[in-house]
Amino acid sequence: MESLKALDKGLVERMHEGMLRIRLFEETQSRLFKAGEQEGFTHLYLGEEAIAVGACLALNPDDFITSTHRGHGHMIAKGGDFKKMFAELYGRTPGACLGRSGSLHIADRGIGMLGANGLVGDGNPIAVGAGYSIRLRGTKQVVASFFGDGASNQGTFHESLNMAASFDLPVVFVLENNGMSCGTITASVCKVLQNLGDRAVAYGIPGENIDGMDVVEVYRTVGKAVERARAGKGPTLVNCQTFRHHGHFEGDIDVRTPQQIKEAQSHDAVADFEKRMLRDGLATEKSIRERRERIQALVDEAVDFARGAPKAPAADAMKFVYAE
Amino acid sequence: MRQLQYNEALNEALIEEMTRDEKVILIGEDVGAYGGVFKVSKGLLERFGPERIRDTPICESAIIGTATGAALMGMRPVAEISFIDFILLAMDQIGNHVAKIMQIAPGLLELPMVIRTEGGVGGGIGCQHSQSLEALFAHLPGLKIVMPSTPYDAKGLLKTAIRDNTPVMCIENKKLYALKGPVPEEEYFVPIGKADVKREGKDITIIATSFMVHEALKAAEALEKDGISAEVVDPRTLVPLDVDTLVASVKKTARALVVHEAVERCGIGAEISAVLNEKAYDYLDGPVLRHAGLNVSLPQNWHLEPVCIPSADSIREKVKSILG
Repeated sequence: MESLKALDKGLVERMHEGMLRIRLFEETQSRLFKAGEQEGFTHLYLGEEAIAVGACLALNPDDFITSTHRGHGHMIAKGGDFKKMFAELYGRTPGACLGRSGSLHIADRGIGMLGANGLVGDGNPIAVGAGYSIRLRGTKQVVASFFGDGASNQGTFHESLNMAASFDLPVVFVLENNGMSCGTITASVCKVLQNLGDRAVAYGIPGENIDGMDVVEVYRTVGKAVERARAGKGPTLVNCQTFRHHGHFEGDIDVRTPQQIKEAQSHDAVADFEKRMLRDGLATEKSIRERRERIQALVDEAVDFARGAPKAPAADAMKFVYAE
Repeated sequence: MRQLQYNEALNEALIEEMTRDEKVILIGEDVGAYGGVFKVSKGLLERFGPERIRDTPICESAIIGTATGAALMGMRPVAEISFIDFILLAMDQIGNHVAKIMQIAPGLLELPMVIRTEGGVGGGIGCQHSQSLEALFAHLPGLKIVMPSTPYDAKGLLKTAIRDNTPVMCIENKKLYALKGPVPEEEYFVPIGKADVKREGKDITIIATSFMVHEALKAAEALEKDGISAEVVDPRTLVPLDVDTLVASVKKTARALVVHEAVERCGIGAEISAVLNEKAYDYLDGPVLRHAGLNVSLPQNWHLEPVCIPSADSIREKVKSILG
């Protein structure tokens, strides 16, 4: 893989920091969920860290993202606060959505995270609307829409790309191609899966097919698309090949063979990046260990905060139905 | 009698009907190798092969459309939409086509298809995976709607639905799949349009649907201690509604309470209440009352869930307040 030396050292560190923040958050979440500390659904981003981090580093703080059911990684990459996130996952009132929305619908308008989503493929039209608003308000912001290969077969994919392309909207469609449509292997229900970026041709917009396990490649490609969008030239479709380390959700019985799961888990964007950092003299074993320990301490602190935070009172069940 | 789980009973209904008639097929997301989100189609792929157990991409609208087209051409498709929340993506197909095709070409076209789906609150999975949307479909003339509450009813109603030449929606409940109950070894059918008195009583009629039947039965048992004899009637079919059985029960008890998980406003309880008002007014000693889900989008917060839907305790309290 190409040398990291050509990159700004601060950027390399932010890439590593961002991916580790997601990795350690999600590994911890996996343990807590398995231990029965939370109920409901939790879909983890493990394996796909390089995409959220590379893409969000190419965005400005006041840009927007829409997310998927696998939304923790996107939220963290966009600047999500661990305490607000864990409080949300525990259903506690200091949560990002006041403890009402949980893992599956986590959102934080303050950081431009317009929401995780329980419906596969439903983020794209919302991103189009956010893009349209940006155009009308003339703010030069950009919106990145994360979605998967499963979502690329929903009608909303076609409708959204066509509309965004027709109106030259500032949207970057970031396709996280992990080869799985919930519980089903996408290749069994989709004729052409490898280069989904080629579908861009149908909409008259640029399409890219990249290695979604390489945070640098994601950063550069999405960066180019963001620049294009900000310049008013319209959307881009970026297909990022990646691997989902866990099942569709925690506790899921994965249809992939143990061999296929092992193969997926052998692709590790975080470990690969750490090897490159070591190789290029941008980190030492010690500095990596220290960064991990520092972030893990932040994660643990956030978990403790969430555990001790108040639960939403029953009297609040009917709150928020209408705008105050 | 032999005990089967609700999902096993549905599985057996599919096996029997698919074995009997090769025109019966199953189509939907994750129905093949994954065995269905709630394991209703477990083992069917191995048994009937991928042509008849058709995994689809994630595309609810096209799933219903495909089933519709196949039914028009004489197949008997069963389309699975794993969570009823996702069916909103297919509303055009259902509302404008499935419910209308036979009425557009009376006597010329038949549409022998079944849409299997599920609803209900359970386990903290939030507002996009917990809705009970049966009333939306009851509002569309041209669909039959069944909501089995026991393994026995599930198998018998699904078999009847598959053989029906009108489109039938079979709405299951996520909290029922693991429920065990008696299911005969020999073949049987449960008629569509026939309610079932699940418990006889003389002081009040509790009309409950789906999972709420079990909560109502528990409440009825507890009410016995309060000196109240409650009759529990399960309509089993919402469309066409078995008005005669409901009226007969109310004639006996002179009181009626409708209980469902769906939010109260414009829920099926409103329809049942209106029907009893029209057909049984003279026998009633008080208004038909409803006890249903709160009119709120369910928080993904398992602490708040029980507050949002009826329970055996709340049904008991409600009945006591009516008769007390």
